Amino acid sequence: MAKLELRGVVKRFGDVTVCNGVDLDIEAGQMVCLIGASGGGKSTLLRCINLLEPIEDGEIRLDGEDISVPGLDPQGVRARIGMVFQNYNLFPHMTALENVMLAPRRVHRTPRDQLRPAVETLFRRFGLAERMHNYPDQLSGGQQQRVAIVRALAMRPEVMLFDEITSALDPQLVGEVLDVLLQLKQEGMTMVLATHEMGFAREAADKVCFLKAGRIVEQGPPEQLFGTPEHPETQAFLARALK
Amino acid sequence: MARHKTTSAAGMTRRERYDAQQRRRSLIVAASSTAIVLLAIVLLVPMAPGWEKVQKSFFNGAVLAKSFPKLLDAFLINVMIFAWSAPAIAVLGLLIALARDATAPALFPLRIFGAAFTDIFRGVPVILTVYLIGFGIPGLGLPRPWNSPYIWGSLALILTYSAYVAEIFRSGIDSVHHSQRAAALSLGLSDRQVMRDVVLPQAIRNVVPSQMNMLIALQKDVSLLSFIGPVEIFRQAGVFKSLLANFTPYVGAAIIFLAVTIPATRYADHLLARQRKERR
Ligand SMILES: Nc1ncnc2c1ncn2[C@@H]1O[C@H](COP(=O)(O)OP(=O)(O)OP(=O)(O)O)[C@@H](O)[C@H]1O
Ligand SMILES: [Mg+2]
Repeated sequence: MAKLELRGVVKRFGDVTVCNGVDLDIEAGQMVCLIGASGGGKSTLLRCINLLEPIEDGEIRLDGEDISVPGLDPQGVRARIGMVFQNYNLFPHMTALENVMLAPRRVHRTPRDQLRPAVETLFRRFGLAERMHNYPDQLSGGQQQRVAIVRALAMRPEVMLFDEITSALDPQLVGEVLDVLLQLKQEGMTMVLATHEMGFAREAADKVCFLKAGRIVEQGPPEQLFGTPEHPETQAFLARALK
Repeated sequence: MARHKTTSAAGMTRRERYDAQQRRRSLIVAASSTAIVLLAIVLLVPMAPGWEKVQKSFFNGAVLAKSFPKLLDAFLINVMIFAWSAPAIAVLGLLIALARDATAPALFPLRIFGAAFTDIFRGVPVILTVYLIGFGIPGLGLPRPWNSPYIWGSLALILTYSAYVAEIFRSGIDSVHHSQRAAALSLGLSDRQVMRDVVLPQAIRNVVPSQMNMLIALQKDVSLLSFIGPVEIFRQAGVFKSLLANFTPYVGAAIIFLAVTIPATRYADHLLARQRKERR
């Protein structure tokens, strides 16, 4: 049984079908990259997994348990699945430290002092020890994004979803954020990434999925998908993306 | 240093020196044109045929000196009414705003109530609400402290202003980007926690300047209570007017109001300007 299983996931916005029957298995400790042209449905798929969007049909299973049952309380699931967004979405009225401690305090009801040591360790681990007491607008994009990752990690999630987390960054800051992902991979975190960083996907992913028009056109290990893509649409996309 | 010789002895760059010079020049122009306009007013207005009469009945120094201390005392009543109404308005306004945005079906009656509340109290002139509540409720024959016009007049102001303040809070809630909500939800926070910890603090901060303007309007509208009894500053000025057969006390009252409202207005504008700069 895979950690996360998608079975025939369908998501519609009105008449527009954004996910059109997605089947995907994500094993524990795997890093899975979703690639594809803009509008292919990568972000929407991640939002569905985190129950930010209800799905119209299909199933999403976490440890074998269907989390997409209509009427299920999404909070418990979201606390187990962390998500990081393209635009960081830090809370601007809180310091980095407060951003990170908010959810564990509210959801797990852990008192501040009890959280503090573990949270400080997280900040140190990602090179943010000096930045704990800064507000988001006093941080660089790369620092903000790393704080956003720490914020999600502080909930001790079992799976992390990353939606193009380097797309809003200046090129020289992309590296520091990708390093964090590699670190997490080493620690055995289960991760799903929507990304335009083909080089990174090729090197670091365990599995790459090419999405187009809400379907997974082709999936496989990176050597295969980047090296010997079978589907003509994958070939066309890669030819353009790797140019 | 000064590789291109653009830095002077005073440590100013060429650009800074130019800017300073420009600033000085515009300051001089602004000051002299203001002086000319003021001079014209001071010289020309007294030449108007009715000026002497107007001066005697509106700008009478002796009357002003005589009435001013009492006017200040009366103004304390305005301040008092303001001081207990403003917090009540903030709380009620926020509650109405939250009620109007409640999504749970069980809270549907609350939504309807919130909508009706804002429609009614924004739709009726303040003075009418003050009359209806201020005369109507004590008219029920309530016993002593409960027939006080202070209570019911304040309530009228609280109800009216809460309706406006609630709408401003709602616009503030709307102004918080939906991605903030998504980020908070993705962490496992409940809708209530998202509202309390993430949306409201930002919403309230965004509307501080607008709410400041509501406070300034409230400070002025406290005078409407004079129509149902309390001898606040406007009423006190009226008493002096009848007593001394002179309008100068009204001017005195206006001066006292301006002494409070102008700094407050300037401050609100300053906050607004700062916020606009931050957004950019
Ligand atoms: N809330 C929404 N309402 C209506 N349509 C939406 C909504 N969110 C997304 N869509 C549509 O769904 C499609 C897929 O969007 P999505 O953001 O998932 O694509 P993406 O693969 O992440 O693209 P990108 O690489 O640009 O981020 C798009 O056509 C988009 O317009
Ligand atoms: Mg996207």
